[in-house]
Amino acid sequence: MKAILEVQELCKYYDKTIAVNNISFTVSEGICLGLLGPNGAGKTTTVEMIEGIKEPSSGDILYRGEKRDKTFSQVAGIQFQSTAMFSFLTVKETLKLFHSLYAHTSSIEQLIETCDLHDFIDKYTTKISGGQKQRLLLALALINNPDIVFLDEPTTGLDPQSRRHFWQVIKQIKQQGKTILLTTHYMEEAEYLCDQLLIIDKGQVIAEGSPEHLLKSHFNYNYICLDASLKTQTQLEELGVKFVMGDQIEIYSNNIEFTLQQLIQHNINLNSLRVRSPTLEDLFIKLTGSTLRD
Amino acid sequence: MKNFLALLVARNKEYYRDKGALAWSFIFPIFIIMAFTFAFSDNQPTIFKIGVLQPTDVNTTADKLPKVLQADYIQQLPFDDLDKALSRIKHHQIDLLFDIQKKQYWINKRSSAGQALEVLLSTDSRQYHKQVIEGKEIRYVDWAMPGVLGMNLMFSALFGVGFVIVRYRKNGVLKRLQATPVTALEFLAAQVISRLCVIITVVTIIYIGCDLFIDFLMIGNYWLLYVIAFLGGFSMISFGLVLTSRTESEELAGGLLNFASFPMLLLSELWFALDSAPNWLIGISQLLPLTHTVQAAREVMINGATLADISHHLWALTFMCIIFLFIASMLFRWYRE
Repeated sequence: MKAILEVQELCKYYDKTIAVNNISFTVSEGICLGLLGPNGAGKTTTVEMIEGIKEPSSGDILYRGEKRDKTFSQVAGIQFQSTAMFSFLTVKETLKLFHSLYAHTSSIEQLIETCDLHDFIDKYTTKISGGQKQRLLLALALINNPDIVFLDEPTTGLDPQSRRHFWQVIKQIKQQGKTILLTTHYMEEAEYLCDQLLIIDKGQVIAEGSPEHLLKSHFNYNYICLDASLKTQTQLEELGVKFVMGDQIEIYSNNIEFTLQQLIQHNINLNSLRVRSPTLEDLFIKLTGSTLRD
Repeated sequence: MKNFLALLVARNKEYYRDKGALAWSFIFPIFIIMAFTFAFSDNQPTIFKIGVLQPTDVNTTADKLPKVLQADYIQQLPFDDLDKALSRIKHHQIDLLFDIQKKQYWINKRSSAGQALEVLLSTDSRQYHKQVIEGKEIRYVDWAMPGVLGMNLMFSALFGVGFVIVRYRKNGVLKRLQATPVTALEFLAAQVISRLCVIITVVTIIYIGCDLFIDFLMIGNYWLLYVIAFLGGFSMISFGLVLTSRTESEELAGGLLNFASFPMLLLSELWFALDSAPNWLIGISQLLPLTHTVQAAREVMINGATLADISHHLWALTFMCIIFLFIASMLFRWYRE
């Protein structure tokens, strides 16, 4: 697929702190690329350099094979992590304001429909809920009918129902052929929405690829989970099985059937037995030794 | 232009829908009018004022003045410009003008204080040549009125835009606008023009209100007064933009804006003239936009000055508008990294 965005050896320094350290990646047109990483990993800085909000210390960013110019803001839709709007303007007035700032735009009525803004369209932007605000910010990101959309942790702080609704809207945007760059630390969100992932930690890319590819390449085992107890822990140690002890015991197994037989033979209590596949969270812990939300 | 107009409309809506801010904008002038009316309900001077021509040093001059005019209750004001001094006596701002070298003095025949000083002078053994001048009294309230208007204009210009910019920067509105095709100049121009509309409206209200209660002097052209208010407001808004071009701290912005407003309050001849101040202080005052605004307005209101008469003030204000706006646009940051 044709690359819409190429990031080459991107760096950002603040005095002696390195926020982004030599990051390179390519984004194909029409996909949803997820940037994952814990807080302070450099995701937002990377995205804001691509958006043109921050100046890179070094490196190149190419849009459709060429360096970005002032027209990039006409084709890019941006939803920041946290932004206030003009006070004392209604949602509809805010949409009209941003609508008038661009040369090519989407229909306001269509955006109201897509982002489900009907219920609060005449309310002041300061009087709407967190979920409603995120929907408005998404509508503003789409108001110029962008080719590429940047969504920086768009569902943070939303209740599960609002988050699900948001995901549906993002799916719709994707179906329109738009390219999406999504930063998130919700694994479920990344798995549901993203075609490609870029895992960033301490300003560097530590893994990239599709979710399936990443999991397959880093895990050749599944997890057998049991309730944590001292007795079970002792029994497993005697058995010589590889496991981790946290809130529960997680046994690494590349042959579930064989491992279960071993556990039964040694009379280990299996009342709480649960088998699960590795997740992106596991991947991140494996790669960095910390959880995504640390 | 489309972006500028959209932002101008948005800012104006934001302003007039903020009921608290809007109410204050109209209540504040009422307070000023009330305070002003109360303060100047009795404006009798407590001392006599004598203008002394061609002084090189106040003390030296005082030594040469007739002894009868050297009493503690007589304030001496040196003048090196005869026209300026005559204007003052014409408008009763000084009670008597004395030229030591030519041994002559001027009094306003309508001034009772001047006549009292003349009686006092007649007790001196030497003879002085009398010159009579005529002119309507300029009360202190007439003299101070441009200062009241100027002060309101300054606070509204400096704080009205400065704090809004800092708030926008702090809560991310500027960052959001940076992601659009809006340029810094379009954004700043919209803020300046929006605030100018507010300033001109509020200053007009104060003017009309004060005129109803106090009936102060206004000889010149009203449109000229609007030109002064426009340029004065523009220059001080631009000055406010320079001060708040980068910070996102409201505390720092408040400190900087106060730091800028105090010298203007003291040195821009709002409440008292700087006639007897050292030259270096007068020089500093000429660098302040409020000084030119107030002096130009005063010349129009009291002396009926024409556009040509106050052109030097208008050029100075225009120059400051350009310089401040240029510096503000160079320093301006949408948000602090």
